[in-house]
Amino acid sequence: MKILALDSSGLVASVAVMEDDTLVAEYTMNYKKTHSQTLLPMLNEIKNNIQLDLNSIDAIAVAAGPGSFTGLRIGSATAKGLGLALDKPLIAVPTVDALAYNLYDTGEDTVVCPIMDARRNQVYTGIYKFQNHELVIVKEQDALSIHELLEVLNGIGKKVIFLGDGVPVFKETIRENCKVEYSFAPAHLNRQRAGAVGALAGIYFKQGKIQTAVEHQPDYLRVSQAERERAERLAKTENA
Amino acid sequence: MNKEDVLILAIESSCDETAASVVKNGRTVLSNVISSQIDLHKLYGGVVPEIASRKHIEKINQVIEEALKEADVTLDDLDAIGVTYGPGLVGALLVGVAEAKAISFAKDIPLVGVHHIEGHISANYIENLELEPPFLCLVVSGGHTHLVIVKDYGEFEILGRTRDDAAGEAFDKVARAIGLGYPGGPKIDKLSKEGNAYAMDFPKAKIEDAPYDFSFSGVKSAVLNHINKCKMQGEPIVEADIAASFQRCVVEVLVEHAIAAAKDYGIDKLAIAGGVASNQTLRSAMEEACKENRIKFYHPSPIFCTDNAAMIGVAAYYEYLKGTRHGWDLNAVPNLKLGER
Repeated sequence: MKILALDSSGLVASVAVMEDDTLVAEYTMNYKKTHSQTLLPMLNEIKNNIQLDLNSIDAIAVAAGPGSFTGLRIGSATAKGLGLALDKPLIAVPTVDALAYNLYDTGEDTVVCPIMDARRNQVYTGIYKFQNHELVIVKEQDALSIHELLEVLNGIGKKVIFLGDGVPVFKETIRENCKVEYSFAPAHLNRQRAGAVGALAGIYFKQGKIQTAVEHQPDYLRVSQAERERAERLAKTENA
Repeated sequence: MNKEDVLILAIESSCDETAASVVKNGRTVLSNVISSQIDLHKLYGGVVPEIASRKHIEKINQVIEEALKEADVTLDDLDAIGVTYGPGLVGALLVGVAEAKAISFAKDIPLVGVHHIEGHISANYIENLELEPPFLCLVVSGGHTHLVIVKDYGEFEILGRTRDDAAGEAFDKVARAIGLGYPGGPKIDKLSKEGNAYAMDFPKAKIEDAPYDFSFSGVKSAVLNHINKCKMQGEPIVEADIAASFQRCVVEVLVEHAIAAAKDYGIDKLAIAGGVASNQTLRSAMEEACKENRIKFYHPSPIFCTDNAAMIGVAAYYEYLKGTRHGWDLNAVPNLKLGER
């Protein structure tokens, strides 16, 4: 089984090709160029280097959110275009789940907690553990304030491994408010990697969790600002 | 389908329409599918970029598949994929651009990025098979007001542009002020029929040293001032008269500038394009003025005036013939200039 995986949900652009248990190629870049300019050239380079026949791919996996709205759409539109052209299914992998899957079998007394900077004083986050060598969701991915998250983690009481682009932003807050033992994942594991998206997608594929290219769209976890403000206005007039 | 035929799939997502089309040999539209989001944006009185982008990604595959099916072609039949990459809303453009790039990459089909306004101008080729450059074109829409000499396919000389609001934008703002809602153009056009176009005289801006440039913020402000004055003095606000007088003012400026340019440059063909080009008052005024001045007048049907992908397919065809090709790093360029590649 061959899976092409894409992640452009955050600052990182990442493309990987996974064949069964082998990561055949992975190209990850954390640089300021826009994903629109990098993602497809990166895939093209992989394709040329490993002589990839695109038609041999079984599914296209994409980090489907949360993340930067525009970044998510570049990944999703690329996946949808590939799916349409190659007539292949898509696998939508929750971004935070994939980030957690950068790690593996972290032990019974430890949880994994990716945090992505979601602006407006929030993080996109989730809480995970490994059980029977499988990734288990303790708390589904969501947009939370860092303080809310730390309260939950303190309540769980287990050791925490933090990772993600929210770490440099909230390191101080964590230091001040995290009551349980914690650590930060090192550089090669602490950002989005399409390899992890592909590995999780492989599991989803076997479980039949696939989509058509037509039906796929990102899961933003947030409504747009205009919708939010409109809802607030309407609520206000209703209360008045 | 003949082997020599050039088939292009075009994708357009620069604003609030998700559109795809298949065009044969640059002049024959085999399909023209448009998924409009107007009803969504009405709630907000204008296009909300994030909502537009979300809707694009939701609809784009469906729209493309419909366009292929309606044209009875497959991706394997295509010679190129054309896509609007600017100007427009960056998040909206990016959906079409990423999608088009992925399809052309997967199918190894040449990719041709198209300027949105070049598309609007090219809409005139669809129903006027005899029309060829050079000609003068007035492009008027919600986002653009340009007076352009089309010297050759894909070659432009911009004579004039708006210094502030686009013509369509002024329609939207005035429509909002008199309580007509969004989009304003068609609503003002309709209401004007019941009003007296000479009830008021709104100012027509002239810009020194730039005889073909436009400015619509003055007339818009004059309308708003008039409404405020009526309110303060307790006089009735006659919406139909305001709409008709405002529209007359804008149309007169557009017609005067276009005819003056045609005469000054000795051009005997004049086309209009863009969303506002389906305004009936503008069409008949321009037609009449052209007749008086022995200028041949061209305009697309309303379906090709609004944002659509057929016009992008036509423009992509002529760019394709000229050898324009874009790479996998093609980006959306929200302020792309006409003629830039």
